[in-house]
Amino acid sequence: MDKLIRINTKTNEVVVEDLSEEMSLLGGRALTSKIIRQEVPGNCHPLGASNKLVIATGMLSGTPLANSGRISVGAKSPLTGGIKEANSGGVFSQKMAKLGLRGLVLEDKPEEKTTKVIYINKDGVQIENMPELANLGTYETSNKLFEKYGSKVGILVIGPAGENLRLAASIQFTDPKGRPARAAGRGGLGAVMGSKGIKAIVIDDKDAPRVKIADTEAFKAAAKRWAEILQKHAVTGQGLPSFGTAILINIINEAGALPTKNFRFGRFEKAADVSGEKMAELIQKRGGVVAEGCHPGCIIRCSQAYVDENGEYITSGFEYETIWALGPNTLIDNLDELAQLDRLCDDLGLDTIETGNTIAVAMEAGVLSWGDGQAAIELLKRIYDPNDYLGRIIANGSAFTGEAFGIDRVPVVKRQALPAYDPRSVKGVGVTYATSPMGADHTAGYAVCQNILKVGGDINPLKKEGNIEVSKNLQIATAAIDATGFCLFVAFAVLDTEDAMDTIAKLLSARFGKTFTVDDIVNLGINTLKDELAFNKDAGFTKAQDQLPEFFSKEPLPPHNTVWDFSIDELQAAKVN
Amino acid sequence: MLEVKCFATLQDHTPEGGKIDYRPGLTVRDVLKMLDIPEEEVKVVFVNGEYKDLDTSLQDGDRLGLFPAVGGG
Ligand code: SF4
Repeated sequence: MDKLIRINTKTNEVVVEDLSEEMSLLGGRALTSKIIRQEVPGNCHPLGASNKLVIATGMLSGTPLANSGRISVGAKSPLTGGIKEANSGGVFSQKMAKLGLRGLVLEDKPEEKTTKVIYINKDGVQIENMPELANLGTYETSNKLFEKYGSKVGILVIGPAGENLRLAASIQFTDPKGRPARAAGRGGLGAVMGSKGIKAIVIDDKDAPRVKIADTEAFKAAAKRWAEILQKHAVTGQGLPSFGTAILINIINEAGALPTKNFRFGRFEKAADVSGEKMAELIQKRGGVVAEGCHPGCIIRCSQAYVDENGEYITSGFEYETIWALGPNTLIDNLDELAQLDRLCDDLGLDTIETGNTIAVAMEAGVLSWGDGQAAIELLKRIYDPNDYLGRIIANGSAFTGEAFGIDRVPVVKRQALPAYDPRSVKGVGVTYATSPMGADHTAGYAVCQNILKVGGDINPLKKEGNIEVSKNLQIATAAIDATGFCLFVAFAVLDTEDAMDTIAKLLSARFGKTFTVDDIVNLGINTLKDELAFNKDAGFTKAQDQLPEFFSKEPLPPHNTVWDFSIDELQAAKVN
Repeated sequence: MLEVKCFATLQDHTPEGGKIDYRPGLTVRDVLKMLDIPEEEVKVVFVNGEYKDLDTSLQDGDRLGLFPAVGGG
């Protein structure tokens, strides 16, 4: 029976529980959202003792199955005030699963600031206060922890932003090369961890038992088919490994939906300079790594090691969203500067989407000039100093910064900043931004597939027709995928392959020794969304928050001159009930 | 004149200066032939930023974007 570990961050008490029958068939986001729904009061303060930080491995994590090693982190979000699940790669999830652990729950909070490190191995849990790590970046912290615990452990860590309770704080995870470049970025979960006085969690799977699979033969056969499905699809088999996710810069720009200068235009003149093609070319020339996985077992490998002119490593997991938020959205057009900004975000423990939008809001306010990459770098460095007031404002995200400077052009839903697709010209994903319980989040229902990429269907991105339905269906499917531990990018292949859902059902059945049907998987997604929406209702959300900021309905977006034209009542149909 | 851009694995097919001469009746399919791009390698065609099929007739001054299957997020 897989286990759940509860750690009281005030008393250091550790309780190891067997998962209940119901919980034992949940993982990832389904588990984090279930526990938060059941145990966290909707109206609690997100940085108070009643909030809990829940870390859960996917249902299929820890097995040799391709792309199954993602992890979910959940809590009440200090950024949105609603429920949050943030999903990350890194080596943590598989190691945790191999120890027989499905979930970790951090509870309560210490009376005074602590900088504790939790170490978990097959023998149990050790908790140590390590004040020498206070306010260090995630890179230096990870290096020190690898020195202490050995290079084979997996680390989950917050930076100065999380320790100082900033609303844009992420939780970073180390990748197979020990770099804390993978992030459970969104919603300020790093601040929840900081509020509990935990700097890092180290997971050591040395001599861990293997994950128990109920029917190994059936699992093997389905796993083989699964790998084939991923390898055969053009996106997961070729596109992502060759150019990374930044391959999207050019196509979204051509589609006229690349948000430019804080969502003023749909095309960026310098798009080619920050594109995936350009990045791959530079990395090749300089001797970096074009394609690598964020965890062993990833066969898609959308990550990379980006290096400077001298071949020195700067960053990895340098993704489309990050490049867009810090680049076209702020008019910074130099990939090296963007790589440094990404590195700073990872090291400070800051969400790159939130931070890029915040820099754009700061540019609106005249704090720095549009397109000034060096000024942006200097601005982020101020966040290392916990007493720097401007650093404090910026690290609290876009909505907070807009309020601090009296800016009314702030692209957020439920106080979370928008991702890299202008909702006026990719309406399907706009519906997701408006209605997801997570706040503006593209991963929650990625209708960019049907709107632009023409994977899994063809729905006009500029018109309303079909976009509510597609967002709703994708929100359900995504919630289910986020429970399994699969990387969401498997969806490109799943949407286009007839027996893919069936294969997932076979994998789950073989793993748990209980029959899962495709309907069961869909219901897993629906029930997760129901938990999340119910939590948000208790937290005080009404349909009034299910809408984009006003300027999207008023200002036409060039080149298509579209406006956002869904009413709040129309949008309700995208939510499960 | 038509503005033609080829992306990702199709990059090398981009014409000199990113432009080709326009003639009446020209379709997207004709352009693929002129640029020696196998049809099965093209997944998404944008004409002036809108998704179109291979039989679409082009107008003078159109901006054409050609993509293989791509994804990300
Ligand atoms: S495809 Fe990318 S995000 Fe997904 S598991 Fe692989 S490296 Fe990680």
